[in-house]
Amino acid sequence: MPKDTGIGASSKRREDVRFLSGKGLYTQDIALAGQTYAVMVRSNVAHGKIKSINTANAAAMPGVLAVFTGEDFKDVGGNPAGWLINSRDGTPMREPKRPVLAHGKVRHVGDAYAAIVAETYNQAKDAAQQLADDTEIEELPAIIDMKAAVANPANRVHDEIPDNLCFDWGWIEDNRAAVDAAFKSAPHVTTLELVNNRLVPNAMEPRASIGEYNPGTGDYKLTTTSQNPHLTRLLVAAFVLGIPENKLTVVAPDVGGGFGSKIYHYGEEALVLAAAKKLGRPVRWIAERSESFLSDAHGRDHVTKIELASTKDGEILAIRTETLANVGAYLSNFSTATPTFLHGTLMAGPYKVPHVYVNVKTVFTNTAPVDAYRGAGRPEATFSIERVVDKMCRELGLDPFEVRRKNLLTPDQFPYTTPVGLVYDTGNYQATLDKAVELGDVAGFEARRAASAAKGKLRGMGLSTWIEACGIAPSHLVGVLGSRVGLFDAATVRVNATGNISVMTGAHSHGQGHETVFAQIVADKLGIDESAVDIVHGDTSKIPFGMGSYGSRSLAVCGSAMNKAVDKIIAKGKKIAAHMLEAAEGDIVFEAGKFSVAGTDKAKTFGEIAFSAYVPHNYPLETLEPGLEETAFYDPANFTYPAGAYICEVEVDPETGKVDIASFTCADDFGNVMNPMIVEGQVHGGVGQGIGQALLENTVYDENGQILTASFMDYAMPRADDVPFYTVDHSCATPCTHNPLGVKGCGEAGAIGSPPAVVNAVIDALHRGGHTHVTHIDMPVSPARVWAAING
Amino acid sequence: MFNFDFVKPSTIADAVAAMAQDGAQALSGGQTLTPTMKQRLASPSVLVSLTGIAEMKGVCLGADGLSIGGATTHATVAAEARAHYPALADLAANIGDPMVRNRGTIGGSVANNDPAACYPSAVLASGAVVVTNKRKIAADDYFQGMFSTALDEGEFITGVTFPVPEKAAYVKFNQPASRFALTGVFVAKYASGVRVAVTGASNNGVFRWTEAEAALSASFSAAAVEGLTVSADDLITDLHGTAAYRANLVKVLTKRAVAGAK
Repeated sequence: MPKDTGIGASSKRREDVRFLSGKGLYTQDIALAGQTYAVMVRSNVAHGKIKSINTANAAAMPGVLAVFTGEDFKDVGGNPAGWLINSRDGTPMREPKRPVLAHGKVRHVGDAYAAIVAETYNQAKDAAQQLADDTEIEELPAIIDMKAAVANPANRVHDEIPDNLCFDWGWIEDNRAAVDAAFKSAPHVTTLELVNNRLVPNAMEPRASIGEYNPGTGDYKLTTTSQNPHLTRLLVAAFVLGIPENKLTVVAPDVGGGFGSKIYHYGEEALVLAAAKKLGRPVRWIAERSESFLSDAHGRDHVTKIELASTKDGEILAIRTETLANVGAYLSNFSTATPTFLHGTLMAGPYKVPHVYVNVKTVFTNTAPVDAYRGAGRPEATFSIERVVDKMCRELGLDPFEVRRKNLLTPDQFPYTTPVGLVYDTGNYQATLDKAVELGDVAGFEARRAASAAKGKLRGMGLSTWIEACGIAPSHLVGVLGSRVGLFDAATVRVNATGNISVMTGAHSHGQGHETVFAQIVADKLGIDESAVDIVHGDTSKIPFGMGSYGSRSLAVCGSAMNKAVDKIIAKGKKIAAHMLEAAEGDIVFEAGKFSVAGTDKAKTFGEIAFSAYVPHNYPLETLEPGLEETAFYDPANFTYPAGAYICEVEVDPETGKVDIASFTCADDFGNVMNPMIVEGQVHGGVGQGIGQALLENTVYDENGQILTASFMDYAMPRADDVPFYTVDHSCATPCTHNPLGVKGCGEAGAIGSPPAVVNAVIDALHRGGHTHVTHIDMPVSPARVWAAING
Repeated sequence: MFNFDFVKPSTIADAVAAMAQDGAQALSGGQTLTPTMKQRLASPSVLVSLTGIAEMKGVCLGADGLSIGGATTHATVAAEARAHYPALADLAANIGDPMVRNRGTIGGSVANNDPAACYPSAVLASGAVVVTNKRKIAADDYFQGMFSTALDEGEFITGVTFPVPEKAAYVKFNQPASRFALTGVFVAKYASGVRVAVTGASNNGVFRWTEAEAALSASFSAAAVEGLTVSADDLITDLHGTAAYRANLVKVLTKRAVAGAK
């Protein structure tokens, strides 16, 4: 019986009322008295030496208030990498400085080397054009292709880094010999070389930042499109500008999507703060859509060779990979963690694999920085594994469903320590596979295939059994692995005198629906109405220090902190109730919103207890503080491990190569589900992005480093008619064993599990259509690529 | 966007006068010009809107065929041409999205002659007449290569007259990102013969596939084009498809247009 309120209910998203009626408040909507406009001056070459910048003409133009160049920021700090990775030989990664504005050299098309601040936006644009005309840049050879970047040490993105390598990482290096030995003796080895295509995140709201400075107090304020205002504050204040953290407030108001791209601190945020101080006026910078393509952190961009050793009947014996991962021109904040500890640690998948070794070389190129994008490393791992497993099945003539059943971990094997450093706490991978087979009507496939064939279409079915590590992350573990930050989260539950509640969370909602779900949980635990709970997020002056939202962590980590704070509220409420009811604290039970003395009808409502805490006339003041407000920090004991099985069916038009998704079935294990409607929405969105990666999206730089896909005219985003009606199920739940809500997280799952299901389905369709020479097609599996593969 | 003056005449005569000013640029639905101006890639000093001219709007069946005013939106063509020329209505109904169809006009599209636009294929395959403020231009003389037409400086399209075929169809294969025609083929069957026009495929803009026209004039069936080959010479190679891929699409889409003609 579905609930209609509280945990497990599909409560309607309360935030949608304002989003859908134009009442949201985004950074760009904020108008301040005396505001000024910043425009960045960006490089139109991929690699060049800045010979001279003559600012005089631009500075003299109408309305221009200030001109900034790299010279103005050469003495402040760089935007740091958040994760230290050591190479196989033990040497630390190379960390070139990432300045606020490029200084000396420009390193990618879109690299900002100057900024104009003017009275109006158009005046700033005019002056930016003038400054570009007055800048002399000596163009240098562009370093774009990763293999060429590593092979040609004379061409350097950073002069001090001879081979353009950030690091050469082995995971786990000590296991390498055993893995190699397993391959030597293996009855069968399947090899696959593949590209994980580069993506532009394309959040609906482009980045935007407003800087303010109060000369009376010396306080700064940054309003910005961030997924994690405290992390942004830490980076811009402590690392870049040298402002004490307590003198900077960071506010992330309504934010229109992030998908990872708004985790990071960007130079524009430092620029508007420095400019606001210099001018004594607010300075706003709003990205144009083209700037998003040029300067947001991109995603993916791996070139991988994966090998899989197996028996002739499909038992996986070992996995070995070599990956080149593009980090672009500079290290974005989590760019070094994404291809390593969010990727290599997942390379056993949901399978019992005795031996795994992962090698990742990260490469600097003259392209925009690359960092975590929905899924972050885990889609890359899942794609490699699920594609090579499928290829192995074809090579050996085995059924892909049976091979997966043979290799999936079984429920009795948990907790399971993988050969790549993780401990999976719980799961039931057979159950989700069985559920997907049932809901996807695998038994009826042949009839559907025949119906497609009658229309001249090739129908195929693709499977992906996936796992991810999320609920990021246990600080003690990530610290050992190189993280320079903790990954706890925090929440404050403030019960007001009249019994309604404000919850301040470290997590930030930029579309996820926290305001609804978090309220459901608090209301359910306290036995009050959901409408009595408000969620406050995104303002460092209001919320406790939390680490924000990414890595499917908001509910698992911040939700657990909130749960813990609510438990503290209940514990304090029992003390107050014991006093008021003249009973022993141990005899007070809290249930359905009432504190009562066990075995009696003596009780106080939650509202009466709250009122008493703020009007403490009958209150144990000698032993208990008044007020009813609790804060809790929560650091997870382990990652969470959502997993599932996805089945995609496609129809391929063999004459044009066009792929249509005929159906997509998801059977997921997210642990306990707080709001099924929101979970389904997250899966829909994630799978939509995965289908986008698999069929449509691609970021292309030419050999000179010009980005050819710099607008929606050439960068293909999935649209409503590119995706099917999804079949989504999350009934095969194995609750997480180490957090109080038993939740695992669902935000990234769809984007992680879906791309290989799509590509496997296309290859299956081509094989069933007789095109058995096609063993792989790189994403995006566009019509032109499919046609070329068929006719190749 | 740079500053500009804006005029919206209500007669063709007033529009001709306005277009005589220095730096004047005709503006119809603005679906290409406006984004170009926003990117600062065009900076006309005067924009002359053609959308307030009543005599340039509407769909009308006459002795010479179906006449469509230059300032008629795609949405209007989709609705009002349907009874007379369903293939043309279908083409209009599948340009862009509703916002584009309610702003963009046939005159703007034909004047711009984007190599991937839909309308030029209908104009050329129908042997239509492009009517301007100065003269009438036959379709075969009008299109002169990518973004290039017979229009003179200051000349603008007041209407297009389409002879109505016995049967016709337009089949478009979408470029995945823009949803312009990666390749589109318009086939029109007249008593005098069949005309086949291809958009999206050639470095020289819209063109007639004359071999197919001959084969289809002899036998109007998909099988008639089966034995033909399309040369990939001069076809476009870009991110979304090679010349060889487009050559394949020309043939596949022609067959489908013939099969679907009505």
